[in-house]
Amino acid sequence: MAQITLPWTPKDPEKLRAYRAKAVKLLFGLALLQLLTAGALYTVFSIGVPARIEDWKVIVVVLGVLGPAAGFGACFLGGLAVILYRQIGAFLRLPWVAFVLFCGGVVGACLLVWAHALLFDFTKHMLEKPIGTTEVATDLLGSGLVAPLTVREIYSEIRSVIPQPLAAYLLWPLQFDLVRDLVALAGIIGFVSIVPVFGIWWERKVAGRIQSRLGPMRVGGWHGWLQSPADGLKLIFKEDFIPPEGDRILFRLAPYLTFVPAICAFIALPFAGAYVFRDLDVALLFILAMLGIEVVGVILAGWASNNKWSVYGAMREACQMVSYEIPMGMSLLIPVMTVGTLRLTAIADAQGDGFHSWLLFRNPFCFVAFFCYYVAALASCKRAPFDLPESESELVAGFHTEYSGFRWSLFFFGEYAAMFIVSGLAVILFLGGWKSPFPESWALQTGGPWYQDFVARVLNGMLLKEGPILFILKAAFLYYVQLWVRWTLPRIRIDQVLYGCVQVLLPLTMLVLLGNTFWILATKHLELGWVDTLDTIFHAALVILGYILVIGMIAIAAYGYMNRRRLVGTLAVDHLPGA
Amino acid sequence: MNSPVEAISFYVFAAVTLGSAVGIVLSKNIVRAATCLLGTLGGVACLYFVLHANLLAAIQLIVYAGGTLILIVFGVMLTSKSPWAQFSPTRGQVAAAVVVAAMLAFSMCSLMLSADWSRPSGSLLESPKVAEVGKMLLTDYLVPFEVASVILLVVMIGAAYLARPEK
Repeated sequence: MAQITLPWTPKDPEKLRAYRAKAVKLLFGLALLQLLTAGALYTVFSIGVPARIEDWKVIVVVLGVLGPAAGFGACFLGGLAVILYRQIGAFLRLPWVAFVLFCGGVVGACLLVWAHALLFDFTKHMLEKPIGTTEVATDLLGSGLVAPLTVREIYSEIRSVIPQPLAAYLLWPLQFDLVRDLVALAGIIGFVSIVPVFGIWWERKVAGRIQSRLGPMRVGGWHGWLQSPADGLKLIFKEDFIPPEGDRILFRLAPYLTFVPAICAFIALPFAGAYVFRDLDVALLFILAMLGIEVVGVILAGWASNNKWSVYGAMREACQMVSYEIPMGMSLLIPVMTVGTLRLTAIADAQGDGFHSWLLFRNPFCFVAFFCYYVAALASCKRAPFDLPESESELVAGFHTEYSGFRWSLFFFGEYAAMFIVSGLAVILFLGGWKSPFPESWALQTGGPWYQDFVARVLNGMLLKEGPILFILKAAFLYYVQLWVRWTLPRIRIDQVLYGCVQVLLPLTMLVLLGNTFWILATKHLELGWVDTLDTIFHAALVILGYILVIGMIAIAAYGYMNRRRLVGTLAVDHLPGA
Repeated sequence: MNSPVEAISFYVFAAVTLGSAVGIVLSKNIVRAATCLLGTLGGVACLYFVLHANLLAAIQLIVYAGGTLILIVFGVMLTSKSPWAQFSPTRGQVAAAVVVAAMLAFSMCSLMLSADWSRPSGSLLESPKVAEVGKMLLTDYLVPFEVASVILLVVMIGAAYLARPEK
């Protein structure tokens, strides 16, 4: 059994014993401190919870008490986890245990998302009215329970249901927007950190399969699923090199200029109707702006490195982005025109009635616009075949040649986050967003006994109606297509990139934009019978085409699976689960 | 300003805007000046967000921060002889700049002193509807809108003329 050694663990056994004793003392001290904090909190709240608490007091409570308490708790749990891992680490690395852990982690994350939604849904219903008003709320749960509005009311209500008063304190912070925003921000940052970590592992596995290799297999037991966190640790401990002849300040600034806008774009990207940090009325424009600002970081990185390969990469990025932004924006205008709003939640709501109502199949122009958008989005994320800015066969590593360690990894966080954002935009604008592919009438009725309600909600959220899980699945599919494209197509030359934009994509999107304008004018504003008939025929034809595409894709995948030994060879196949 | 959070964010973003504006003027390196320009443009966009002018803020970010700024940096990279191009203004240029700046400062100060700073009666909480802005652009303000497009078209034709190969 391999002992894990942390970098700061002393080598000398005598010192190690003292170090361990000190660590244990520290952990217990922290735990005691946390208990004391919890006790103090409890006493303070038992004396009396004021009915109306100003925002600043919440800030004091959150920053002054809950923050340190959470920190101590995290330290304590981390220490416990290290101790636990030392004891059962070998067991965890068994392949089947690792597989179960991985699947359990995914399912657990889904359930956590869903539970979080329920909790906020519940508190939102409970506390929709402004705090402190005395209006009597409506009967919510069908149980005669009148929604309590003030903290005191919540307290007494919950005490009447549950004997422990602790639940009231746990619910109490949820009524403040600030706390809700903090939770949502933590969720966004967590998601943006997990997407690249998981995405890079996935990309390496897909690349391996496409090239008849295995991809990462060692770290973590099951199919190397811990490879990316291990790489991340390695990157943090790497030497942090800054070229002495470069521009130090801009060199340090550039990675943040790529990474921060990518996180900011998630502020306006809705994961489902209620799962959006700020439901902006100009959400689409905001996200496009953030994707545009990302380029500034890449250009500055190339320039500040004072390296000719870096500057070449930066110049390529600049001209590629500036030219592909135009077809990308114009093809996004088509769903905006069809629905008539820039609010992403409204655009997704307009395509709620199943597969047939998706904007992709609304009319031929939308259908073409989707593919134009996807190509332009690939170029704007600098993904292959458009990865000229970092083409490793010509420019060493392009704009990030001189970067290493954590700053280098920030570029990749930015790139993979941007990949998810453009996929998510495509899903919201063309593929029905977080709505299920099945018609609305298929959704199960909620209500009834709690177990039926639970099952109905889970099925609705995962498959039949709407929910963030559906959105993430659809976006993950488009993300997967980006990986396919990267590992199957050769890189094109820079003149071909610019020719493709200015002479092919740009005229095409302009034509589609013009066509869509006339189409909307004809179908919505002129009362022409034959136009409506034509619209119906085209809609039906496109839906049938969509069915053919889906069935064809499944058929090809099934064919590939049947003939997997002939196609990829036994080496890669024998390690597949279920081979 | 309805809440302390709004007031604090106003002052923070105003400080960012002004600070990076000072940076533009003081830095001698062109690319650093352009980076400071990003701070100014972004700070102004954030001020628009604080004032609930979401459309204006997003357009500011797309057009100026995402488009114009990149073109500036791109132009500097393509045209400068050395990567560390420096501003070295002559005395005459400094004098001209001082005169222009003084005139601008004078006119802005006189404008600000004569302005009516009372609060508008309407609420600032609601962002104006994007559709209304679009409708106004295509009805009441159609002529200025079209004139602006014609000017841009002229610029584009001029740029294409300058850039085309000699025959």
